[in-house]
Amino acid sequence: MDFSIANPTELVSAPIEHRFEPYDDNGGTSLAIAGKDFCVVASDTRQSTGYSINSRYAPKAYELGDNAVIAMNGFHADGLTLKKVLEQRLKWYKFAHDKNMSVTALAQMLSITLYQKRFFPYYSFCCMGGVDEEGVGAVYCYDAVGSSERESYRANGSAAALIQPFLDNQVGRKNMANSTYTPMELDQVISIVKDAFTSATERDIYTGDCLQIFIIRKGQPVELQHYPLKRD
Amino acid sequence: MDAFPSRWGKPRNENIDEHNTVPLHKTLPDNLTQTAYGPVTRTQQPLVTGTSVIALKYRDGIMMAADMLGSYGSLARFRDIERLMPVGDYTVVGASGDISDQQYIQHVLESLMVKEHCHDDGHVLGTPHIFEYLWRMMYNRRSKFNPLWNALVVGGVHKGDKFLGYVDLRGTTYKATTIATGFGAHLAQPILRKRVEGREDDLTEEEAIDIINDCMRVLFYRDARSMNKFQRATITAAGVNVTEPYGVDTNWGFAEKIRGYGA
Repeated sequence: MDFSIANPTELVSAPIEHRFEPYDDNGGTSLAIAGKDFCVVASDTRQSTGYSINSRYAPKAYELGDNAVIAMNGFHADGLTLKKVLEQRLKWYKFAHDKNMSVTALAQMLSITLYQKRFFPYYSFCCMGGVDEEGVGAVYCYDAVGSSERESYRANGSAAALIQPFLDNQVGRKNMANSTYTPMELDQVISIVKDAFTSATERDIYTGDCLQIFIIRKGQPVELQHYPLKRD
Repeated sequence: MDAFPSRWGKPRNENIDEHNTVPLHKTLPDNLTQTAYGPVTRTQQPLVTGTSVIALKYRDGIMMAADMLGSYGSLARFRDIERLMPVGDYTVVGASGDISDQQYIQHVLESLMVKEHCHDDGHVLGTPHIFEYLWRMMYNRRSKFNPLWNALVVGGVHKGDKFLGYVDLRGTTYKATTIATGFGAHLAQPILRKRVEGREDDLTEEEAIDIINDCMRVLFYRDARSMNKFQRATITAAGVNVTEPYGVDTNWGFAEKIRGYGA
């Protein structure tokens, strides 16, 4: 910035630089639904930039330890870096405490990890699903700076606004006469997940290509299923 | 982003440094201090640039191509830039974007391979390792708001598996059967996807060369910052081969028939 010689406090000109934008939105949608003794985390695999598709198969959901799956929407580089940080912390925890991190502990750690970058956030909207220590399905959902809540179901990402209301009705049984929420069976949940994604793919340009479904059950390895989605 | 709708559409005040382009303690009104500290040299713009890099997986490995032009804005300044950089014996990194940043990356990768060699532990960095290294380097630079202004394509063969990935100035990464940067993403990727997707293990070297040449021809026709002189790199289990520069035949006869756009 330039100041005048005569009056050093007077601004005379201020060139404005074109700023480098450190974030990008890679699109895509995820959802997580908790059952009585299982949890389902699903996401599409399309990665986009602007109006271009980067890749038709770029997974957004990853296993963390053996009892949780995290799905990350938003800026994929931040999501991957966040995953790297969490994985390292999981290893340190195991070495320090001689046991694996529980889903509840991991959920809290993700929240504080996100808030630690409050003033240059990880542009990553996460949804974590797993089975807690009592064997009950758990879904934790986060915003980019770590604000979190444990819920029964949550949709995140570019088509969240399309899927969340559908889940509110079909899973949460909202606005239906004589109906309240009860945890659902696995085959019902899978059916709802597939329907949610096929519908979202119809209307959201950033969603499509392939659907990955992770099924977490207590004491079993995480199961992974793939279904094709429309590629247009 | 301007959070106040009442300010939208109104002329901005040039004298207020809204986005902290100068560090706080240096905004004191003192002529001498200003010149002593000098300009903030972080966020940049690319100066000499390379255009698209295209790459595909085929039966024997990876094929990649990039032209040899370094543009200075609209001036076709340097016409012999090699944008395909071999790293070790089984990897090629193709760079588009700022050429000086590409040369810096080349220097870093060369030093890295030498240091790894000096460890003398029998380990050699393979394509996935170079990819991860470049990803972290690009991501950490963007996190300091001082990016290496490039989009890189990393291709190679590692333990019998074909690897093809993309890293850019923000740290965005992805792996795919076909990759194209810059204009190539709009013009060449549709051709690559149509002719390669699903057939990556069946595509012969001849077909792959044909596809690459077709894409480079289209890019020369339609990308105003391209040149009909390019190199093609092939990486197989046997190693890396970068061709001598060559060009493709073009036919501009269609130009006579164009109506509209001032013709």
